[in-house]
This record gives sequence, structure tokens and C-alpha cells, in this order.
Amino acid sequence: MSAIYILWKRELIRYFRSRARLVGSLGQPLLFLVALGFGLGPIFQKAGQGNYFQFLGPGVICMGILFTGVFAGIQVIWDRQFGFLKETLVAPISRFEIMFGKTLGGATVAFIQGCFVLVLTMVVGFRVQNFLMLPLALVAMFLIALFFTALGISIASILEDMQGFQLILNFIVQPVFFLSGALFPLTGVVSFLSVIAYFNPLAYGVDAVRGSLTGVTHFGLATDFTVLIVICLIVLALGSYLFSKVEA
Amino acid sequence: MDDIISAQNLTKNFGNFTAVNDVSFNVQKGEIFAFLGPNGAGKTTTIKMLTTLLKPSSGIIKLNGIDVTTHPEKARKTFGIVFQDPSLDDELTAMENMEFHAVLYKVPHREIKERIEKFLNLVELWDKKNDLVKTFSGGMKRRLEIARGLLHKPEILFLDEPTQGLDPQTRNKIWEYLKNLNKDTQITVFFTTHYMEEAEQIAQRIAIMDHGKIIETGTATKLMEQTQTKSLEKAFLKLTGTAIRDEEASGVDKLRIRARRWNR
Repeated sequence: MSAIYILWKRELIRYFRSRARLVGSLGQPLLFLVALGFGLGPIFQKAGQGNYFQFLGPGVICMGILFTGVFAGIQVIWDRQFGFLKETLVAPISRFEIMFGKTLGGATVAFIQGCFVLVLTMVVGFRVQNFLMLPLALVAMFLIALFFTALGISIASILEDMQGFQLILNFIVQPVFFLSGALFPLTGVVSFLSVIAYFNPLAYGVDAVRGSLTGVTHFGLATDFTVLIVICLIVLALGSYLFSKVEA
Repeated sequence: MDDIISAQNLTKNFGNFTAVNDVSFNVQKGEIFAFLGPNGAGKTTTIKMLTTLLKPSSGIIKLNGIDVTTHPEKARKTFGIVFQDPSLDDELTAMENMEFHAVLYKVPHREIKERIEKFLNLVELWDKKNDLVKTFSGGMKRRLEIARGLLHKPEILFLDEPTQGLDPQTRNKIWEYLKNLNKDTQITVFFTTHYMEEAEQIAQRIAIMDHGKIIETGTATKLMEQTQTKSLEKAFLKLTGTAIRDEEASGVDKLRIRARRWNR
């Protein structure tokens, strides 16, 4: 237990110590909010869909969590290159504890980042419909954070160095985000897009956060949370397995 | 008997490449043991196997009687290690790096502060305890790693080229700490180095490895007598030849990556 705690603490110390990273990673969500929110908002409104910020806000929150989470996980590659990973691998603790501690730490960081973005969306014009549902949204945000951090660690366990970084960004992270229904409603889109969304973990995450915060859902909250919990367990198991194979 | 490290018929293959080939040796409790060899001889691979970071392809390793392959977690408590490359977290302070280690190794809570102070004082870094490690020089980092490796009071300390790239003053200091510690606590020290004079002056016994095999073991005097040379450096060159070994950007690692890609 204490090993998991200290691994978790390390991630948080590092996160709060690098203010540049903290502020820098708010830049992208802000850009999306401003450019798309103000840019496409009027069109969205004209199409009779209401205020675009109400729709976009949860999507951008999830984007913040997705990117921070995956990259927190992938940092294991840096740990490997800078040698620190060896220090944890020779310690008398199980690989599962290492993987779990790192995942919890990264997920907490991604979750905090998501909270910052939530505040940012509210500054720009997003409104929470029912504050009683806010805790549920926070749970969904944490599950998303957990899933993508564990996914990042799983990927990092297979990659030898940062060479594959661009590959992950362009073939996993970006498609997962753009095809999740974070930016556009999944109802009424071309059928192949809605089929892809069925297999996109983030689609359920975005839907859960949006459903909790604004009352509008696509899959239904029960489905969203069931899927989120199940895929979290799967990726944690996968991550533990892959991480147990890592050699220094 | 009193063998604290025992390796029997140790072999490690990476694909078709045999990095360590049927190596056996013993180190006694309290001994200072040097492991010498040209680049790419298999020293680091051997240390990685001894310290549970790599699984041997075949052979048995026992540390203090504990089989490393079957009980890795238990074996890990018995040794501390200073790696060839730094393994500190640069973004944390010296103190935080030490605390992290203490918790991972389950040092009793009430002893943590006291022990950190003791070992940081030993390597003369107590004044810098709250500085970020990224502000440290190479020598300071190495001293911090030694302090960290000792924090959980291991019985064996492994050091993979601990003095590489350091100035003579720092090297001298580091060996002074380690010799005193060995005298006071009977800690077994197992190290690799390219500095022959270090091995000659500090180690009680020396093993010379080349092409994945141990070619000679003995005291410095014995190795010199055997090769009819006047210095350990000459003995070393006579035993391993004078040809330069190109270790092309850690060739073993590359081979390992390739082997992994195709065989997994």
C-alpha cells in the first residue's frame, strides 16, 4: 500500500512542480473552446441545436483528460530513458503495485487537469444544469482518466523509446478524440461514424460527462458507466500484464 | 559456505547472440569483488541478472542463499545497486528521492528520517537535501545514488562503473566511503570498473570477463604473477588482448530489441 502511495505522490509532486506543463496543457482546450465554440457556435444555433458551448464543454473537458492521461502513462518511457524506471524495477515490490501506483498518480493528475478545464469552460460560457449531478460527472471524469492513463502505460510497456510517439498521437489519441462525439452530436451522423463511436471508449466517457452535466445523453448514463467501469478493469489488467513483461 | 553471491552456469542469450556464456563464480560475505572486462564483455548483463532485472536463459543465482529467479522480491531486499547510468528522479529533491526509496524498501517509518540524515551525511550531501537533483553535478548524483543504495541496509552493494567520468577527488572520496563502510558493517561490495588502479587498490579479489566468459579470477597479485606482468593493466591487456571493442551504441540492447520484436 505504502509503495502505491509513494508512486502516486511522485506523480503529483512532479505535476505541481512543472507549472509550465500545467498551464501549457490548458492551451489546447482553450483553443478548441474559443475557435470552435465561438466559430461554429452560431451555425450550431442556426441548425436548431441550441447553445454550442453546452455541447462542446464536456467534450473539451474529456479532451483535456484524454491527452493528460495518455501522456502521463507514456511518461514511463521517459522514466526508462532517464533510468529512473530501474530504481522502481529493482525495488522489493510487485510489478502490479508499480503499475497501479503510477496509473493512480497519472489518473489523478489527468483528473485535476479535467477539473481545471471544467472551470475554463464555465468561464467561456458553459453552464452546469444540475449541480446535484456534478459528483457523477466527476466520477466519470476520473474513470476516463484512469482508462487512458492505464492505456498510456500499456503502450509505454511495449515501446522502447519515444520514436513511436507520433504514431500514438496520430493513430490513437487524435482519432479517439475526433471520433468520440466530443465535437459533434452522434445522432444523425453518417452510419460508419456512429458505428466507430460504439467502439470508442471516449464516446462513452464524453456521453457520461455530458449526460451528468447537461442532462443530454446519446447512449444513456447506465450504459456509459457500465462500459467505463468494464473497460477500466480490462485495461488495468492488460497494463499489469504488459508492464510485468518490461525488462530494464 | 559463506558465499553471499553464488552464480552457477549462468547464460544469457539475446536471439542468436550469447552475451553471457556459462559463467560461474562465488563472492564471500564481506568481500570487495571487482568485475573487469572490455566493453561488451557481458559485465552489465551479468549484473542485471544478479539484480533480478534480467532473467537468465539458464543457470542459478543465489544471493545470501535466496534464489533470485524464484524469489525475486525477497532477493531484492538483500542488495543495493548503483547503476551505470543515473537512475534518480531529476525533478525531485535529494530528500524526496531518498524518501521514495525508503518507502519502496519498507524502511520502518520512525527510522526513515534518521537513516536518510546518516547516509546523506556519509556522502556529504546533507546540506543539499532540499535541492532538486537536476541541479547536481555528475559526482553529486553518484554520491546520492550510493547513499540511496545503502538506505535499506543491504548486505550486498552492486556498483556498475560507479566512478566513470568522475574526477580523481570524487573517485577517491567514493572509495573512501565504501571502504570504511565495508570495514564497519561487513557489507559485500561487487563492482565493475575500467580503472585498473581502482581494482588493484580496492578489490580483494578480481574476476576478468571477456566475450561472455570469465577468463581469470584471483587477487591482483595472482593475476600479475600468472601473466608475468608488473601491473594489473598489463595483466588485463595480456588476458583480453589489445584490440579495441566497438560496443556500437550499446549493441546488446539493440540485439535485444531486435530479438524481442521477432520472437515475442
